[in-house]
Amino acid sequence: MILNIEQDYLRFRQIVRGKIKQDLKRYISQGELIGKKGKDFVSIPIPQIELPDFRFGRRNTGGVGQGEGEPGTPLAPGDVDENGDGKAGNAPGAHILEVDLTMEELAQILAEELELPRIQPKGSAQLKTERDRYSQISKVGPESLRHFKRTYKEALKRQITAGTYDPLNPYIVPIHEDKRFLSWKTKQRPESNALILYMMDVSGSMGDEQKEIVRIESFWIDTWIQTNYHGVMTRYIIHDAVAQEVDRETFFHTRESGGTVISSAYDLCNKIINEEYPQELWNIYVFHFSDGDNWSGGDTDRCIHLLKTDLLPKVNLFGYGQVESTYGSGQFIRELENNITDIDNLVLSRIENKEDIYQSIKDFLGKGK
Amino acid sequence: MSIPIQSRRQTLTPELARLNREIEQYARSYGLDFYETIFEVLDFEEMNMVAAYGGFPNRYPHWKFGMEYERLNKSYAYGLHKIYEMVINNDPCYAYLLECNHLVDQKLVMAHVYGHCDFFKNNIWFSKTNRKMMDIMANHATKIRKYIDKYGLERVEGFIDLCLCLDDLIDHHSVFIERRPKRKDHTEEEPAVVKKIAASEYMDEFINPKEFIEQQKQRLEDERLKRRRFPEEPQKDVLLFLIENAPLEAWQRDALWTIREEAYYFAPQAQTKIMNEGWATYWHAKIMTERALNDAEVIDFADHHSGTVAAHPGQINPYRLGFELWKDIEDRWNKGKFGKDYDECDDYVSKREWDIGLGLGREKIFETRRVHNDITFIDAFFTEEFCHEHRFFTYQFNPERGVYEIADRNWKNIKQKLLFSLTNFGQPLIYVADGNFENRGELLLDHRHEGIDLRIDYAKDTLKNLYTVWTRPVHLRTLVEGKGKLLTYDGEKHLERKADG
Repeated sequence: MILNIEQDYLRFRQIVRGKIKQDLKRYISQGELIGKKGKDFVSIPIPQIELPDFRFGRRNTGGVGQGEGEPGTPLAPGDVDENGDGKAGNAPGAHILEVDLTMEELAQILAEELELPRIQPKGSAQLKTERDRYSQISKVGPESLRHFKRTYKEALKRQITAGTYDPLNPYIVPIHEDKRFLSWKTKQRPESNALILYMMDVSGSMGDEQKEIVRIESFWIDTWIQTNYHGVMTRYIIHDAVAQEVDRETFFHTRESGGTVISSAYDLCNKIINEEYPQELWNIYVFHFSDGDNWSGGDTDRCIHLLKTDLLPKVNLFGYGQVESTYGSGQFIRELENNITDIDNLVLSRIENKEDIYQSIKDFLGKGK
Repeated sequence: MSIPIQSRRQTLTPELARLNREIEQYARSYGLDFYETIFEVLDFEEMNMVAAYGGFPNRYPHWKFGMEYERLNKSYAYGLHKIYEMVINNDPCYAYLLECNHLVDQKLVMAHVYGHCDFFKNNIWFSKTNRKMMDIMANHATKIRKYIDKYGLERVEGFIDLCLCLDDLIDHHSVFIERRPKRKDHTEEEPAVVKKIAASEYMDEFINPKEFIEQQKQRLEDERLKRRRFPEEPQKDVLLFLIENAPLEAWQRDALWTIREEAYYFAPQAQTKIMNEGWATYWHAKIMTERALNDAEVIDFADHHSGTVAAHPGQINPYRLGFELWKDIEDRWNKGKFGKDYDECDDYVSKREWDIGLGLGREKIFETRRVHNDITFIDAFFTEEFCHEHRFFTYQFNPERGVYEIADRNWKNIKQKLLFSLTNFGQPLIYVADGNFENRGELLLDHRHEGIDLRIDYAKDTLKNLYTVWTRPVHLRTLVEGKGKLLTYDGEKHLERKADG
């Protein structure tokens, strides 16, 4: 059945995709895309167009709430109605339910929303593993795999068609033909290995906000690549004037100070790949986040050289994300843009604030390599 | 009246029809009074469509409905929420049931719906709404479609986009008040006469010299022109002002009128959200627990009811607030916990145990649902005791810690904040101040500043849209950080200058 609203819906999608009505484009908000492991707090991006009207500016005036706690008790971010207008849900009778998502579902939502292409495994002569998944229904099978609901349904259908169903005395007796069984399907899964290597600039100019952006972005990148590969290795490098390899915890929580020599990290990265991850066997994804303030022009030249001759030929993707910072000059990304053209596994992305993360992930993974 | 949703749906299954008769009977036995109520069963896509259309099966074509539809569909698909119930203020009332709901849910929804229907019919703020809105909406849809066929989708949709930016700018109280005499007194003004100082004829020329008299005449004439303002009084119904005075084509005037009519139709629902949802929740709880529930359904009912009235720490849940307030009012009037004696009693224990067996609770809540809207409701019944008992607080953003945190539990502050958020639906107050600003046919709007600045970038964009309608420069007088500002869009660029507030 075609709903009346189909046309309105298509029209809306066209606007969102920027096909028509370009002038509305800047009113499109994507909603936030933040995942919190542990607390399983997820928000799903749903594009909304907010037409301008006369409204109050951002009210830091707060609002009224209800519940326990003393003055000073913080509220969880999801609990606060940031507009403070006291309206809970604008749809009539809308009841908020808790979301319970697995990482797999999450990645699927992500893929749908970002319209990411599936990453193709490297080479065709890959090892493949087989796994059985009970995802089908069959008419034959062992009793232990009998699907009660389907069997019942079949029996009910049969009894209704045969006219032997009595609503006042609703006994359903399945016969042999009604029985349905769970059955499996063998799925082949490419056993390809992937390495994700994160590099982050932790020099004095990278503040907490910049790190937060890196954390969120790498979480989503991680999630996406994990769903595409079976065995994913993750390595972390931090650098200021010198580079070192660290564990995940340290990666996200270190605050160093001092200068920035980006080539130190690229050197180390190159070394790790050469020694441990031969490119024939591994899909390699490298992401580097920095505020783009390299110490000297000479070092930047060295970085470009390293990228061109050593790194880029080996990796599936090299993503450079430049986080906006008040201190940095942000020169690095411009140098890369000017000096490395026509190589398509280098992706550059500017991330000015949290809202840009969404677009940046799209930039990085949109090509599906 | 045709059946609104396409034919495929039959109205109710025999079982649902039986339940409906049962619930309706219960509702009437409690004294609820409603128009005939027609239930229809929809699947979730249809439900989302109708919800996106604001409860109606048919609306004018516009992408904003598609946007809402997508939002609802997605949040349903991801299990974020689902719509249990929907009902529209119409005679007869139409209400929708979700096909896949459990019987106990359907019962709950029916009971809830009868609460709403009673409210629609009896609350004074709904008394001026059009009860044939189902037909009106369909007519609007046909009309706009016709314009689209004639003038093209881009043009009509673009104009509707503009209208929607402005559709908050109506005067919600105007339907109850005569803001201006229907017929103006068009008698001609007496030409101003300059008073002369009495003098005998031969002295007149010296005591009242000719130049002076001319000067005075000129002054009086100037004053008369100044008085001929337009509009004479600041006008809150900006849409009406535009309809009557902007240089629009006939179809545009009509489209704007359509948007305005719909805005007025929906206004009372926003004005009484807390009362209305609270009232319906109160009645579904009452009907279900006292009459309609059977033993097997208790747990499911409790689960869904508690979901409806759940408290979210940083938000006001109108279902919960309304529900608790209605119960509190009933209790207070049953026990006589109001009036001079009660207010002046300062003994905590006897106040708490106060019960003079007045038994007026039921009567009081029916009276209250007739005359109040959310603002007066909160103002009258959000008592200090209620506030403390239900653990309300105000919260504030703490920039040092970067989180929202509980600020205080002071009843006065809480009430003030609540009332403020409800005033004019939490929208700024905008008036048309002058339709002939500086005598150049430009439009001046006034923002009545009440402590919070406007969002300037949006205000500028809105002015730009307004310019398209008015076709002459438009101005907005407001306060920015305590200083008077005049924002202007002159058709090419935005200007800002100082203004006295």
